[in-house]
Amino acid sequence: MSSIRTIILSEIQQLAEAEQKAMSALNDDLVLLDSGMDSLMLAILVARLEEKLGLDPFTDSADVFYPVTLGDFIKVYETAGET
Amino acid sequence: MCDKSNCNHLSGPSDCAGCHRGGTTRVKSLCDYLGSPSDCAGGYLWGAQASVSLSDVLLGTSLGGRRSELSGRSILLRTDDPLAAALAMLELDGIARRLVICPPDVPAQHLPALMAKADVDAIVSDRDLRHVGPAGVTPCFRARCALSRCDAFAFDACATEWVLLTSGTTGAPKMLVHNLAALTGAIKWGQFEASDVVWGTFYDIRRYGGLQIFLRAIIGRRPLVLPHAGESPTDHLLRLGARGVTHLSGTPTHWRRALMNTALRAIAPRYIRLSGEVADQAILNALRSFFPKAIVGHAYASTEAGVGFEVNDGLEGFPSDLIGRKGDVEMKVQDGSLRIRSNRTASRWLGEEESPLVDPEGFVDSADMVEQRGNRCYFLGRRSGVINVGGLKVYPEEVEALINRHPSVLMSCVRSRRNPITGALVVADVVLRQHESCTNGKGKKLELEILKICRETLPRHKVPAALRFVADLAVAQTGKMGRSNA
Repeated sequence: MSSIRTIILSEIQQLAEAEQKAMSALNDDLVLLDSGMDSLMLAILVARLEEKLGLDPFTDSADVFYPVTLGDFIKVYETAGET
Repeated sequence: MCDKSNCNHLSGPSDCAGCHRGGTTRVKSLCDYLGSPSDCAGGYLWGAQASVSLSDVLLGTSLGGRRSELSGRSILLRTDDPLAAALAMLELDGIARRLVICPPDVPAQHLPALMAKADVDAIVSDRDLRHVGPAGVTPCFRARCALSRCDAFAFDACATEWVLLTSGTTGAPKMLVHNLAALTGAIKWGQFEASDVVWGTFYDIRRYGGLQIFLRAIIGRRPLVLPHAGESPTDHLLRLGARGVTHLSGTPTHWRRALMNTALRAIAPRYIRLSGEVADQAILNALRSFFPKAIVGHAYASTEAGVGFEVNDGLEGFPSDLIGRKGDVEMKVQDGSLRIRSNRTASRWLGEEESPLVDPEGFVDSADMVEQRGNRCYFLGRRSGVINVGGLKVYPEEVEALINRHPSVLMSCVRSRRNPITGALVVADVVLRQHESCTNGKGKKLELEILKICRETLPRHKVPAALRFVADLAVAQTGKMGRSNA
Protein backbone atom coordinates (compact mmCIF):
# COMPACT_ATOMS: atom_id res chain seq x y z
CA MET A 1 0.00 0.00 0.00
CA SER A 2 1.25 3.46 -0.88
CA SER A 3 2.24 5.78 1.91
CA ILE A 4 0.16 8.82 2.73
CA ARG A 5 3.00 10.97 1.42
CA THR A 6 3.07 9.20 -1.94
CA ILE A 7 -0.68 9.48 -2.37
CA ILE A 8 -0.68 13.20 -1.53
CA LEU A 9 2.14 13.95 -3.97
CA SER A 10 0.47 11.92 -6.70
CA GLU A 11 -2.88 13.70 -6.18
CA ILE A 12 -1.21 17.10 -6.36
CA GLN A 13 0.44 16.17 -9.65
CA GLN A 14 -2.83 14.86 -11.12
CA LEU A 15 -4.64 17.99 -10.02
CA ALA A 16 -1.99 20.26 -11.52
CA GLU A 17 -2.28 18.39 -14.83
CA ALA A 18 -6.09 18.65 -14.86
CA GLU A 19 -5.93 22.36 -14.08
CA GLN A 20 -2.98 22.84 -16.45
CA LYS A 21 -1.01 24.57 -13.73
CA ALA A 22 2.74 24.69 -13.59
CA MET A 23 3.82 23.55 -10.14
CA SER A 24 7.01 24.20 -8.24
CA ALA A 25 9.16 21.21 -7.25
CA LEU A 26 7.32 19.33 -4.50
CA ASN A 27 9.49 19.29 -1.40
CA ASP A 28 8.67 19.66 2.27
CA ASP A 29 9.76 23.30 2.48
CA LEU A 30 7.55 24.39 -0.40
CA VAL A 31 5.10 27.05 0.81
CA LEU A 32 1.72 25.79 -0.39
CA LEU A 33 0.44 29.15 -1.57
CA ASP A 34 3.65 29.70 -3.55
CA SER A 35 3.40 26.27 -5.14
CA GLY A 36 1.00 27.33 -7.89
CA MET A 37 -2.01 25.96 -5.99
CA ASP A 38 -4.74 28.45 -5.14
CA SER A 39 -7.39 27.87 -2.47
CA LEU A 40 -9.76 26.22 -4.95
CA MET A 41 -7.13 23.65 -5.95
CA LEU A 42 -6.32 23.07 -2.31
CA ALA A 43 -10.01 22.56 -1.55
CA ILE A 44 -10.28 19.97 -4.33
CA LEU A 45 -7.11 18.25 -3.09
CA VAL A 46 -8.52 17.96 0.42
CA ALA A 47 -11.78 16.53 -0.99
CA ARG A 48 -9.90 13.94 -3.10
CA LEU A 49 -7.71 12.94 -0.18
CA GLU A 50 -10.80 12.36 1.91
CA GLU A 51 -11.98 9.89 -0.72
CA LYS A 52 -8.61 8.18 -1.09
CA LEU A 53 -7.49 8.12 2.53
CA GLY A 54 -10.77 8.40 4.41
CA LEU A 55 -9.23 11.32 6.30
CA ASP A 56 -10.32 14.94 6.57
CA PRO A 57 -8.13 16.29 9.33
CA PHE A 58 -9.34 19.86 8.75
CA THR A 59 -12.96 19.04 9.51
CA ASP A 60 -12.60 16.23 12.01
CA SER A 61 -11.09 18.48 14.64
CA ALA A 62 -12.20 21.93 15.72
CA ASP A 63 -8.61 22.66 16.74
CA VAL A 64 -7.02 22.46 13.33
CA PHE A 65 -4.15 24.55 12.25
CA TYR A 66 -3.78 25.60 8.66
CA PRO A 67 -0.54 24.29 7.16
CA VAL A 68 1.91 26.68 5.54
CA THR A 69 4.33 24.29 3.84
CA LEU A 70 3.83 21.05 1.96
CA GLY A 71 5.70 19.29 4.79
CA ASP A 72 3.17 20.66 7.32
CA PHE A 73 0.31 19.55 5.09
CA ILE A 74 1.60 15.97 4.78
CA LYS A 75 2.25 15.82 8.51
CA VAL A 76 -1.37 16.78 9.30
CA TYR A 77 -2.53 13.76 7.30
CA GLU A 78 0.13 11.42 8.70
CA THR A 79 -0.82 12.42 12.25
CA ALA A 80 -4.54 11.98 11.51
CA GLY A 81 -3.77 8.57 10.00
CA GLU A 82 -2.07 7.41 13.19
CA THR A 83 -5.04 8.14 15.45
CA MET B 1 -27.22 75.26 -2.65
CA CYS B 2 -23.56 74.40 -2.50
CA ASP B 3 -20.66 76.32 -3.86
CA LYS B 4 -17.31 74.84 -4.57
CA SER B 5 -15.80 78.02 -5.96
CA ASN B 6 -13.30 78.30 -3.13
CA CYS B 7 -11.73 74.99 -3.93
CA ASN B 8 -8.80 75.86 -6.08
CA HIS B 9 -6.07 74.32 -4.00
CA LEU B 10 -5.34 70.96 -2.48
CA SER B 11 -3.63 72.18 0.63
CA GLY B 12 -5.87 75.14 1.20
CA PRO B 13 -7.26 76.74 4.32
CA SER B 14 -9.61 74.80 6.54
CA ASP B 15 -12.44 77.25 5.85
CA CYS B 16 -12.74 75.44 2.55
CA ALA B 17 -14.12 72.52 4.54
CA GLY B 18 -17.42 70.99 3.60
CA CYS B 19 -17.70 73.06 0.48
CA HIS B 20 -18.82 70.03 -1.49
CA ARG B 21 -22.21 70.66 0.00
CA GLY B 22 -23.86 73.56 1.77
CA GLY B 23 -27.27 74.95 2.73
CA THR B 24 -29.47 74.27 5.71
CA THR B 25 -31.86 71.53 4.53
CA ARG B 26 -29.37 69.53 2.59
CA VAL B 27 -29.06 65.78 2.47
CA LYS B 28 -26.08 64.40 4.38
CA SER B 29 -23.73 62.91 1.86
CA LEU B 30 -20.76 60.62 2.26
CA CYS B 31 -18.23 63.44 2.10
CA ASP B 32 -20.04 65.29 4.89
CA TYR B 33 -18.95 62.53 7.28
CA LEU B 34 -15.36 63.63 6.78
CA GLY B 35 -16.04 66.99 8.44
CA SER B 36 -13.35 69.55 7.74
CA PRO B 37 -9.90 68.79 6.31
CA SER B 38 -8.44 69.04 9.80
CA ASP B 39 -11.11 66.66 11.19
CA CYS B 40 -10.06 63.88 8.84
CA ALA B 41 -6.36 64.68 8.77
CA GLY B 42 -5.45 61.18 10.03
CA GLY B 43 -7.38 59.41 7.30
CA TYR B 44 -6.00 57.92 4.08
CA LEU B 45 -7.05 55.61 1.31
CA TRP B 46 -3.99 53.48 0.72
CA GLY B 47 -4.15 51.73 -2.64
CA ALA B 48 -1.68 49.25 -4.09
CA GLN B 49 -0.17 51.82 -6.40
CA ALA B 50 -1.30 55.22 -5.13
CA SER B 51 -2.64 56.79 -1.96
CA VAL B 52 -4.81 59.77 -1.14
CA SER B 53 -5.41 61.62 2.11
CA LEU B 54 -9.01 62.15 3.16
CA SER B 55 -8.29 65.86 3.75
CA ASP B 56 -7.38 66.22 0.10
CA VAL B 57 -10.60 64.43 -0.91
CA LEU B 58 -12.49 67.39 0.51
CA LEU B 59 -10.47 69.82 -1.52
CA GLY B 60 -10.03 68.18 -4.88
CA THR B 61 -11.55 66.10 -7.65
CA SER B 62 -10.64 62.72 -9.10
CA LEU B 63 -13.01 63.27 -12.05
CA GLY B 64 -11.21 66.13 -13.70
CA GLY B 65 -13.58 68.66 -12.18
CA ARG B 66 -16.43 67.48 -14.40
CA ARG B 67 -18.94 66.89 -11.67
CA SER B 68 -21.34 69.53 -12.98
CA GLU B 69 -21.77 67.32 -16.03
CA LEU B 70 -22.52 64.34 -13.79
CA SER B 71 -25.09 66.08 -11.61
CA GLY B 72 -28.46 64.32 -11.58
CA ARG B 73 -27.30 61.44 -13.75
CA SER B 74 -27.64 57.68 -13.36
CA ILE B 75 -23.99 56.61 -13.37
CA LEU B 76 -22.36 53.23 -13.91
CA LEU B 77 -19.20 53.20 -11.78
CA ARG B 78 -16.84 50.55 -13.06
CA THR B 79 -13.13 50.85 -12.49
CA ASP B 80 -10.26 48.40 -12.37
CA ASP B 81 -8.62 50.19 -9.47
CA PRO B 82 -10.63 50.25 -6.24
CA LEU B 83 -8.99 53.54 -5.21
CA ALA B 84 -10.48 55.24 -8.28
CA ALA B 85 -13.88 53.77 -7.33
CA ALA B 86 -13.53 54.92 -3.71
CA LEU B 87 -12.71 58.48 -4.76
CA ALA B 88 -15.58 58.54 -7.26
CA MET B 89 -18.06 57.28 -4.63
CA LEU B 90 -16.97 60.05 -2.27
CA GLU B 91 -17.29 62.65 -4.98
CA LEU B 92 -20.54 61.50 -6.58
CA ASP B 93 -22.71 60.73 -3.55
CA GLY B 94 -25.12 63.64 -3.28
CA ILE B 95 -24.47 64.64 -6.89
CA ALA B 96 -25.52 61.59 -8.90
CA ARG B 97 -29.16 60.60 -9.01
CA ARG B 98 -28.11 56.96 -9.03
CA LEU B 99 -24.76 55.25 -8.62
CA VAL B 100 -24.52 51.70 -9.98
CA ILE B 101 -21.51 50.18 -8.22
CA CYS B 102 -20.12 47.55 -10.55
CA PRO B 103 -17.44 45.14 -9.26
CA PRO B 104 -14.59 44.71 -11.74
CA ASP B 105 -15.25 41.00 -12.31
CA VAL B 106 -18.77 41.42 -13.74
CA PRO B 107 -18.48 40.18 -17.35
CA ALA B 108 -18.80 42.92 -19.97
CA GLN B 109 -21.57 40.96 -21.70
CA HIS B 110 -23.94 41.85 -18.83
CA LEU B 111 -23.31 45.59 -18.96
CA PRO B 112 -25.81 46.54 -21.70
CA ALA B 113 -28.74 44.92 -19.84
CA LEU B 114 -27.64 46.40 -16.49
CA MET B 115 -27.30 49.86 -18.00
CA ALA B 116 -30.71 49.65 -19.67
CA LYS B 117 -32.43 48.53 -16.45
CA ALA B 118 -30.74 51.26 -14.42
CA ASP B 119 -31.34 54.01 -17.02
CA VAL B 120 -27.60 54.68 -17.02
CA ASP B 121 -26.76 57.86 -18.88
CA ALA B 122 -23.10 58.25 -17.89
CA ILE B 123 -20.17 55.95 -17.13
CA VAL B 124 -17.34 56.70 -14.71
CA SER B 125 -14.37 54.44 -15.35
CA ASP B 126 -10.60 54.24 -15.56
CA ARG B 127 -11.06 52.65 -18.98
CA ASP B 128 -12.78 53.80 -22.15
CA LEU B 129 -16.21 52.20 -21.92
CA ARG B 130 -18.12 54.53 -24.24
CA HIS B 131 -19.28 51.66 -26.40
CA VAL B 132 -20.42 49.08 -23.81
CA GLY B 133 -23.94 50.52 -23.46
CA PRO B 134 -27.11 49.10 -25.01
CA ALA B 135 -27.41 51.79 -27.67
CA GLY B 136 -24.66 53.86 -29.22
CA VAL B 137 -22.21 55.91 -27.24
CA THR B 138 -22.62 56.66 -23.52
CA PRO B 139 -20.70 59.62 -22.09
CA CYS B 140 -17.69 58.17 -20.27
CA PHE B 141 -15.90 60.16 -17.58
CA ARG B 142 -12.35 59.37 -16.53
CA ALA B 143 -11.90 58.18 -12.93
CA ARG B 144 -8.41 58.71 -11.54
CA CYS B 145 -6.46 57.54 -8.51
CA ALA B 146 -5.18 61.04 -7.89
CA LEU B 147 -6.82 64.33 -7.08
CA SER B 148 -6.52 67.61 -8.89
CA ARG B 149 -7.74 71.08 -8.09
CA CYS B 150 -11.47 71.33 -8.51
CA ASP B 151 -13.52 73.83 -10.42
CA ALA B 152 -16.25 76.05 -9.08
CA PHE B 153 -19.48 74.11 -8.87
CA ALA B 154 -22.81 74.89 -7.25
CA PHE B 155 -25.46 72.22 -6.87
CA ASP B 156 -28.37 70.96 -4.82
CA ALA B 157 -27.31 67.84 -2.94
CA CYS B 158 -29.66 64.90 -3.57
CA ALA B 159 -30.19 61.53 -1.90
CA THR B 160 -28.24 59.36 -4.30
CA GLU B 161 -29.52 55.84 -4.91
CA TRP B 162 -26.73 53.31 -4.36
CA VAL B 163 -27.27 50.29 -6.58
CA LEU B 164 -25.37 47.15 -5.62
CA LEU B 165 -25.05 44.00 -7.69
CA THR B 166 -25.78 40.49 -6.53
CA SER B 167 -25.56 37.19 -8.40
CA GLY B 168 -28.62 36.12 -10.34
CA THR B 169 -29.94 32.65 -11.22
CA THR B 170 -28.99 32.90 -14.86
CA GLY B 171 -25.54 34.24 -14.13
CA ALA B 172 -26.65 37.82 -14.93
CA PRO B 173 -26.29 40.04 -11.87
CA LYS B 174 -29.39 41.49 -10.22
CA MET B 175 -29.48 45.01 -8.88
CA LEU B 176 -30.55 46.17 -5.43
CA VAL B 177 -31.31 49.75 -4.52
CA HIS B 178 -29.89 51.04 -1.24
CA ASN B 179 -29.42 54.48 0.18
CA LEU B 180 -26.55 55.81 2.26
CA ALA B 181 -28.58 55.79 5.48
CA ALA B 182 -29.35 52.07 5.07
CA LEU B 183 -25.78 51.22 4.14
CA THR B 184 -24.40 53.02 7.18
CA GLY B 185 -27.19 51.93 9.56
CA ALA B 186 -25.00 49.41 11.40
CA ILE B 187 -22.13 51.82 11.93
CA LYS B 188 -22.26 53.44 15.33
CA TRP B 189 -20.58 56.81 15.75
CA GLY B 190 -17.81 56.58 18.31
CA GLN B 191 -17.14 52.92 17.67
CA PHE B 192 -14.16 53.12 15.37
CA GLU B 193 -12.71 56.60 15.68
CA ALA B 194 -9.84 55.66 17.99
CA SER B 195 -6.81 57.52 16.74
CA ASP B 196 -4.87 54.36 15.95
CA VAL B 197 -7.52 52.39 14.03
CA VAL B 198 -6.35 51.27 10.59
CA TRP B 199 -8.89 49.40 8.49
CA GLY B 200 -8.18 46.62 6.04
CA THR B 201 -10.33 44.25 4.04
CA PHE B 202 -9.82 41.22 1.84
CA TYR B 203 -13.11 42.06 0.06
CA ASP B 204 -13.44 44.26 -2.94
CA ILE B 205 -15.09 47.48 -1.73
CA ARG B 206 -17.58 47.27 -4.60
CA ARG B 207 -19.22 44.29 -2.85
CA TYR B 208 -21.44 44.72 0.20
CA GLY B 209 -18.92 43.29 2.68
CA GLY B 210 -16.10 45.49 1.44
CA LEU B 211 -18.31 48.54 1.12
CA GLN B 212 -19.17 48.21 4.81
CA ILE B 213 -15.48 48.49 5.68
CA PHE B 214 -14.96 51.42 3.31
CA LEU B 215 -17.89 53.24 4.94
CA ARG B 216 -16.55 52.49 8.44
CA ALA B 217 -13.22 54.01 7.49
CA ILE B 218 -14.86 57.13 6.03
CA ILE B 219 -17.29 57.65 8.90
CA GLY B 220 -14.54 57.05 11.44
CA ARG B 221 -12.17 59.25 9.36
CA ARG B 222 -9.54 56.57 9.66
CA PRO B 223 -7.15 55.04 7.12
CA LEU B 224 -8.12 52.10 4.94
CA VAL B 225 -5.73 49.75 3.15
CA LEU B 226 -7.51 48.92 -0.11
CA PRO B 227 -7.00 45.48 -1.65
CA HIS B 228 -6.20 45.19 -5.34
CA ALA B 229 -7.21 42.35 -7.63
CA GLY B 230 -3.82 42.29 -9.33
CA GLU B 231 -1.87 41.93 -6.09
CA SER B 232 -0.70 38.60 -4.66
CA PRO B 233 -2.12 37.61 -1.24
CA THR B 234 1.43 37.81 0.16
CA ASP B 235 1.98 41.35 -1.11
CA HIS B 236 -1.42 42.37 0.23
CA LEU B 237 -0.60 41.00 3.69
CA LEU B 238 2.81 42.68 3.68
CA ARG B 239 1.18 45.97 2.73
CA LEU B 240 -1.41 45.54 5.50
CA GLY B 241 1.44 44.88 7.90
CA ALA B 242 3.48 47.87 6.76
CA ARG B 243 0.45 50.12 7.30
CA GLY B 244 -0.17 48.67 10.76
CA VAL B 245 -3.68 47.35 10.13
CA THR B 246 -5.71 47.00 13.35
CA HIS B 247 -9.17 46.06 12.03
CA LEU B 248 -9.33 43.48 9.25
CA SER B 249 -12.29 41.88 7.51
CA GLY B 250 -12.85 39.00 5.10
CA THR B 251 -14.76 35.80 4.44
CA PRO B 252 -13.85 32.59 6.28
CA THR B 253 -12.22 31.48 3.01
CA HIS B 254 -10.09 34.63 2.88
CA TRP B 255 -8.98 33.92 6.44
CA ARG B 256 -8.25 30.23 5.87
CA ARG B 257 -6.08 31.22 2.97
CA ALA B 258 -4.37 33.90 5.04
CA LEU B 259 -3.62 31.37 7.80
CA MET B 260 -1.69 29.32 5.28
CA ASN B 261 0.44 32.30 4.29
CA THR B 262 3.73 32.94 6.06
CA ALA B 263 3.18 36.68 5.54
CA LEU B 264 0.29 36.59 8.02
CA ARG B 265 2.93 37.10 10.71
CA ALA B 266 3.40 40.59 9.26
CA ILE B 267 0.11 41.75 10.75
CA ALA B 268 -1.22 41.99 14.29
CA PRO B 269 -4.86 43.13 14.06
CA ARG B 270 -6.83 43.57 17.25
CA TYR B 271 -10.22 43.16 15.57
CA ILE B 272 -10.85 40.35 13.10
CA ARG B 273 -14.15 40.18 11.31
CA LEU B 274 -15.58 37.34 9.24
CA SER B 275 -18.69 37.60 7.09
CA GLY B 276 -20.17 36.55 3.76
CA GLU B 277 -20.11 32.84 4.53
CA VAL B 278 -20.84 30.65 7.52
CA ALA B 279 -17.97 30.95 9.99
CA ASP B 280 -17.39 27.50 11.46
CA GLN B 281 -15.84 26.78 14.82
CA ALA B 282 -12.57 25.59 13.27
CA ILE B 283 -11.76 28.90 11.61
CA LEU B 284 -12.82 30.89 14.68
CA ASN B 285 -10.56 28.73 16.87
CA ALA B 286 -7.66 28.89 14.44
CA LEU B 287 -7.81 32.70 14.32
CA ARG B 288 -8.11 32.95 18.09
CA SER B 289 -5.07 30.73 18.42
CA PHE B 290 -3.03 32.71 15.86
CA PHE B 291 -4.08 36.11 17.20
CA PRO B 292 -4.69 35.48 20.91
CA LYS B 293 -5.10 39.17 21.74
CA ALA B 294 -7.59 39.94 18.97
CA ILE B 295 -11.36 40.03 19.12
CA VAL B 296 -12.57 37.52 16.53
CA GLY B 297 -16.10 38.36 15.45
CA HIS B 298 -18.38 37.15 12.72
CA ALA B 299 -21.12 39.24 11.17
CA TYR B 300 -24.27 38.22 9.40
CA ALA B 301 -24.99 40.48 6.47
CA SER B 302 -26.23 40.26 2.91
CA THR B 303 -26.69 42.75 0.11
CA GLU B 304 -30.46 42.25 0.40
CA ALA B 305 -30.93 42.29 4.16
CA GLY B 306 -28.06 44.57 5.17
CA VAL B 307 -26.07 43.98 8.33
CA GLY B 308 -28.12 41.76 10.63
CA PHE B 309 -25.93 41.18 13.64
CA GLU B 310 -22.39 40.66 14.85
CA VAL B 311 -21.28 37.85 17.14
CA ASN B 312 -18.14 38.38 19.20
CA ASP B 313 -18.22 35.47 21.68
CA GLY B 314 -15.90 33.30 19.59
CA LEU B 315 -18.56 30.66 18.94
CA GLU B 316 -20.16 29.64 15.65
CA GLY B 317 -23.85 30.38 15.12
CA PHE B 318 -25.62 33.07 17.10
CA PRO B 319 -27.57 33.34 20.38
CA SER B 320 -31.18 32.29 19.80
CA ASP B 321 -32.48 35.20 21.89
CA LEU B 322 -31.62 37.50 18.97
CA ILE B 323 -34.71 36.01 17.32
CA GLY B 324 -37.80 38.02 18.19
CA ARG B 325 -35.88 40.75 19.99
CA LYS B 326 -37.09 44.31 19.43
CA GLY B 327 -34.60 46.90 18.27
CA ASP B 328 -32.92 48.31 15.19
CA VAL B 329 -32.91 44.86 13.65
CA GLU B 330 -35.75 42.40 14.15
CA MET B 331 -35.41 38.79 13.14
CA LYS B 332 -37.76 35.87 12.83
CA VAL B 333 -37.51 32.34 11.51
CA GLN B 334 -40.29 31.32 9.17
CA ASP B 335 -40.39 28.04 7.26
CA GLY B 336 -36.86 27.47 8.49
CA SER B 337 -35.30 30.57 6.96
CA LEU B 338 -34.04 33.71 8.67
CA ARG B 339 -36.11 36.86 8.01
CA ILE B 340 -34.84 40.32 8.84
CA ARG B 341 -36.60 43.66 9.23
CA SER B 342 -34.52 46.79 9.72
CA ASN B 343 -33.76 50.16 8.22
CA ARG B 344 -30.54 48.65 6.86
CA THR B 345 -32.18 46.45 4.22
CA ALA B 346 -32.18 47.32 0.53
CA SER B 347 -35.20 49.32 -0.67
CA ARG B 348 -36.13 47.24 -3.70
CA TRP B 349 -34.91 45.28 -6.69
CA LEU B 350 -34.14 47.41 -9.71
CA GLY B 351 -35.72 46.30 -12.96
CA GLU B 352 -36.86 42.98 -11.53
CA GLU B 353 -40.45 41.97 -11.99
CA GLU B 354 -40.27 39.06 -9.63
CA SER B 355 -41.36 38.84 -6.01
CA PRO B 356 -40.97 41.98 -3.88
CA LEU B 357 -37.92 42.25 -1.66
CA VAL B 358 -39.88 42.40 1.61
CA ASP B 359 -42.98 40.58 2.85
CA PRO B 360 -46.11 42.56 3.90
CA GLU B 361 -44.64 43.01 7.38
CA GLY B 362 -41.42 44.45 6.00
CA PHE B 363 -39.19 41.39 6.53
CA VAL B 364 -36.58 40.37 3.97
CA ASP B 365 -36.37 36.61 3.50
CA SER B 366 -32.63 35.87 3.62
CA ALA B 367 -33.16 32.32 2.23
CA ASP B 368 -30.52 31.23 4.76
CA MET B 369 -31.81 28.19 6.61
CA VAL B 370 -31.24 28.14 10.36
CA GLU B 371 -31.79 25.56 13.07
CA GLN B 372 -32.01 26.16 16.80
CA ARG B 373 -30.09 23.79 19.06
CA GLY B 374 -30.35 24.70 22.72
CA ASN B 375 -29.89 28.43 23.10
CA ARG B 376 -27.93 28.77 19.86
CA CYS B 377 -28.97 29.05 16.22
CA TYR B 378 -26.86 27.54 13.45
CA PHE B 379 -26.86 28.10 9.70
CA LEU B 380 -27.67 25.06 7.57
CA GLY B 381 -27.11 26.52 4.08
CA ARG B 382 -29.15 28.20 1.39
CA ARG B 383 -32.79 27.20 0.83
CA SER B 384 -32.47 27.30 -2.92
CA GLY B 385 -29.43 25.10 -2.78
CA VAL B 386 -27.15 27.92 -3.87
CA ILE B 387 -23.63 26.73 -3.23
CA ASN B 388 -21.16 29.15 -1.73
CA VAL B 389 -17.63 28.30 -2.89
CA GLY B 390 -15.29 30.60 -1.03
CA GLY B 391 -17.78 33.48 -1.14
CA LEU B 392 -18.75 32.92 -4.78
CA LYS B 393 -22.29 31.77 -5.47
CA VAL B 394 -23.01 28.79 -7.70
CA TYR B 395 -26.53 28.02 -8.81
CA PRO B 396 -26.81 24.25 -9.28
CA GLU B 397 -29.24 24.64 -12.15
CA GLU B 398 -26.69 26.53 -14.21
CA VAL B 399 -24.12 23.72 -13.92
CA GLU B 400 -26.72 21.01 -14.42
CA ALA B 401 -27.87 22.64 -17.65
CA LEU B 402 -24.34 22.36 -19.03
CA ILE B 403 -23.77 18.78 -17.90
CA ASN B 404 -27.09 17.82 -19.46
CA ARG B 405 -25.82 19.03 -22.84
CA HIS B 406 -23.69 15.91 -23.17
CA PRO B 407 -25.62 13.52 -25.44
CA SER B 408 -25.16 10.55 -23.07
CA VAL B 409 -26.57 12.39 -20.03
CA LEU B 410 -30.21 11.95 -19.04
CA MET B 411 -30.18 14.24 -16.01
CA SER B 412 -27.91 15.51 -13.30
CA CYS B 413 -28.00 16.91 -9.81
CA VAL B 414 -25.37 19.39 -8.70
CA ARG B 415 -24.83 19.53 -4.98
CA SER B 416 -22.71 21.22 -2.40
CA ARG B 417 -20.08 19.26 -0.58
CA ARG B 418 -18.73 20.67 2.63
CA ASN B 419 -15.09 21.65 2.39
CA PRO B 420 -12.77 22.92 5.09
CA ILE B 421 -10.88 25.27 2.76
CA THR B 422 -13.57 26.98 0.68
CA GLY B 423 -16.60 26.15 2.84
CA ALA B 424 -18.11 24.17 0.00
CA LEU B 425 -17.29 22.62 -3.33
CA VAL B 426 -19.49 21.75 -6.29
CA VAL B 427 -20.06 18.03 -6.94
CA ALA B 428 -22.37 16.39 -9.46
CA ASP B 429 -24.44 13.20 -9.61
CA VAL B 430 -25.09 12.21 -13.19
CA VAL B 431 -27.67 9.78 -14.60
CA LEU B 432 -26.81 8.48 -18.06
CA ARG B 433 -29.33 7.51 -20.72
CA GLN B 434 -27.85 4.04 -20.53
CA HIS B 435 -26.26 3.42 -17.18
CA GLU B 436 -24.19 0.62 -18.68
CA SER B 437 -22.29 3.15 -20.78
CA CYS B 438 -20.18 4.07 -17.77
CA THR B 439 -19.07 0.51 -17.09
CA ASN B 440 -16.09 -1.35 -18.48
CA GLY B 441 -13.78 1.59 -18.04
CA LYS B 442 -15.86 3.91 -20.22
CA GLY B 443 -16.86 6.04 -17.25
CA LYS B 444 -13.56 7.91 -17.05
CA LYS B 445 -13.78 8.98 -20.70
CA LEU B 446 -17.35 10.23 -20.21
CA GLU B 447 -16.37 12.07 -17.05
CA LEU B 448 -13.57 13.87 -18.86
CA GLU B 449 -15.89 14.81 -21.73
CA ILE B 450 -18.51 16.25 -19.38
CA LEU B 451 -15.96 18.18 -17.35
CA LYS B 452 -14.46 19.54 -20.56
CA ILE B 453 -17.85 21.03 -21.48
CA CYS B 454 -18.00 22.61 -18.02
CA ARG B 455 -14.44 23.96 -18.10
CA GLU B 456 -14.97 25.55 -21.50
CA THR B 457 -17.98 27.53 -20.32
CA LEU B 458 -17.88 28.02 -16.57
CA PRO B 459 -15.55 29.84 -14.19
CA ARG B 460 -13.37 27.38 -12.27
CA HIS B 461 -15.30 27.53 -9.01
CA LYS B 462 -18.44 26.29 -10.80
CA VAL B 463 -16.81 23.24 -12.41
CA PRO B 464 -17.66 20.11 -10.40
CA ALA B 465 -14.73 18.96 -8.28
CA ALA B 466 -16.12 15.43 -8.37
CA LEU B 467 -18.53 13.71 -10.70
CA ARG B 468 -20.33 10.50 -9.85
CA PHE B 469 -22.45 8.31 -12.12
CA VAL B 470 -25.61 7.12 -10.39
CA ALA B 471 -28.52 4.94 -11.52
CA ASP B 472 -31.22 7.41 -10.42
CA LEU B 473 -31.83 10.66 -8.56
CA ALA B 474 -34.08 11.34 -5.60
CA VAL B 475 -37.19 13.33 -6.45
CA ALA B 476 -39.03 15.23 -3.73
CA GLN B 477 -42.82 15.18 -3.28
CA THR B 478 -43.11 18.49 -5.04
CA GLY B 479 -41.77 16.79 -8.14
CA LYS B 480 -38.55 18.78 -7.82
CA MET B 481 -35.17 17.24 -7.48
CA GLY B 482 -34.14 16.45 -3.93
CA ARG B 483 -31.35 18.82 -3.08
CA SER B 484 -30.28 17.67 0.34
CA ASN B 485 -26.67 18.71 0.49
CA ALA B 486 -23.86 16.51 1.63
